[in-house]
Amino acid sequence: MFAAIHATSGDSERLLRLAQEFSPLVEQTAADTVALDADGLERIHGMPQQIAAALARRAVERGLEASVAIAANLDTAVDAARGFAGVSVIPYGDEAKYLGSLPLTLLGPTPEMQETLERWGIRRFRDLAALPELGLAERLGPEGLRLHKLARGAGDRPLVPMREPLHFEEEAELEYPVELLEPLLFVLARLLNGLRARLVSHGLATNALRLRLKLENRSEYTRTLRFPVPMLDTKAFLKLLDLDLGAHPPPAPIVKVCLEAEPAKPRAAQTGLFIPLAPEPEKLELTLARLRGLVGEGNVGSPELLDTHRPGAFQMLARPLAASPCRRVTASLLMRAIRPLRAARVQMASGQPVHVQAEGVRGHVTAAAGPWRTSGDWWTADPWARDEWDVALSDGALYRIYSEQGRWFVEGSYD
Amino acid sequence: MAAVALGRDFVFKVGFAEVCPTGLAEVDALAGGLPQGCLTEVYGPASSGRTSLMLAALAQSTGRENVCALVDASDAFDPASAAAAGVRLERLLWVRCGGNAEHALKAADLLVEGGGFGLVVMDLAGTPAVTARRISMTSWFRLRRAVEHTPTVLLVVEQQPHAKTCASLTLEMRRERAAWSSAPDAPSCSRLLRGIRVHVDRRKPVPAAAASFESRW
Repeated sequence: MFAAIHATSGDSERLLRLAQEFSPLVEQTAADTVALDADGLERIHGMPQQIAAALARRAVERGLEASVAIAANLDTAVDAARGFAGVSVIPYGDEAKYLGSLPLTLLGPTPEMQETLERWGIRRFRDLAALPELGLAERLGPEGLRLHKLARGAGDRPLVPMREPLHFEEEAELEYPVELLEPLLFVLARLLNGLRARLVSHGLATNALRLRLKLENRSEYTRTLRFPVPMLDTKAFLKLLDLDLGAHPPPAPIVKVCLEAEPAKPRAAQTGLFIPLAPEPEKLELTLARLRGLVGEGNVGSPELLDTHRPGAFQMLARPLAASPCRRVTASLLMRAIRPLRAARVQMASGQPVHVQAEGVRGHVTAAAGPWRTSGDWWTADPWARDEWDVALSDGALYRIYSEQGRWFVEGSYD
Repeated sequence: MAAVALGRDFVFKVGFAEVCPTGLAEVDALAGGLPQGCLTEVYGPASSGRTSLMLAALAQSTGRENVCALVDASDAFDPASAAAAGVRLERLLWVRCGGNAEHALKAADLLVEGGGFGLVVMDLAGTPAVTARRISMTSWFRLRRAVEHTPTVLLVVEQQPHAKTCASLTLEMRRERAAWSSAPDAPSCSRLLRGIRVHVDRRKPVPAAAASFESRW
């Protein structure tokens, strides 16, 4: 048994909530119409007429102007609710008789089909239901047959219940403002355990945690932790929150804590004997967080070369492990960079450097080769051009020095 | 530098339980490769080829799809040179310590404890000898203990040896000579400094042995 409610005034949100008061299995068939599974409601409300009356009464209480219908199948209930005002109860087996007077537009035929039926003089349910099924199928195809079935009140579509979007959030209001991290972590541990239990019960993990802290000064402080893979390890979560809050402490004492988890399907990993060595994603995340805490945010990651010939151009990516095709290993003489770049004083004689002095680098030039002229980015606002020299100094090391716009720098040493 | 054509998953046994090749045939013949679960020390003065050896080992390890980590105490790592040497940068975790040796030690400790890395390199080559000498033996022992019984290779690059008994393999490096381009504008030369010849002495395990290799552009 199905019930349908069609609201002629009022918003769809209130309509949906009204239906959910009566049944957990609710389908919103249109913005102004909902259908619900009324099986079992007779135990609470009695006969179908009483169920329909209860629905109508509740709609009035909620300020909705609505028509209610009850029928043995879903489509009949919906059509009756949309077609008849007030309360309708369609007895089983009499659907075609009751629906016969309704206009065909209720079934929502395509404009072409509507036009065809109009030309045939078919305007009501009973007109369509009276047509022979075979002839209709030959002329209008499967869509025509579907409309014919609905017009007879013989629809057999199952109800597709709406699912509440899963929302994993835990919150705790604190009795007194918390200033220190340790008592906050105690609260967070409890919230994390609750979240984990709920995620496990749904067979889910999380790939992001959002922490919202309501502060004593009435502002809100938010931190979001994103994980490379869905995780469920509360100890790791707690440690990551600890490290993150340690690095970015809230500006005022905390009065309310709200922790939200973004649900995700758990990771399914197949281990093997011959898989290359790589840290477990959960452990790597923790290690990276600890390293960031130790050496600073931008100093940990995987280097990526930029698409330019400018020497020393690279950027740091947050974490390693990206997949890429294997490159050939080639032999090469390697350079150790000197950062930050050191300005140098270079003495020249006969066009050759003879003495180099910079912070931590000082000596007579025992061998030199150069200049090697390079330039680039002249088509941009930030062009560069330089003369490079490779020099061996009396301190025993080999350096690359260069001059740019009349100034000398030590770029690095060969090693 | 002579790269040796070793199989992708080549791990051979010479003295140590399990070793990984460095990619330099002469060094592999001398030392048998870098031992897993042990601390290896490479030391020498500036421009002695330490970085060439370090990056060759990283290229070998990342080439075998391992994830590796480089703890760069003096922020001297040059990604362009490393990429040219064959290091797969996307499989390398670079920790820049901005000249703080203490941070470098802690970072190396965290990485080894975290596990899962094929090779962890602690580059103290640019750290002043005075600072490096201040690292206590306890720290070296802790690192050795942390890497023990793991498949990770821990490689430390320095100016002078400091790990002493904690290192299972110690290699001393020095430059024999540098090869310069005869004429700067000669069409055959690609760069100004054409390469260096590196001499490697195995100090530990005894008996001592020596080898040399060429490192070229």
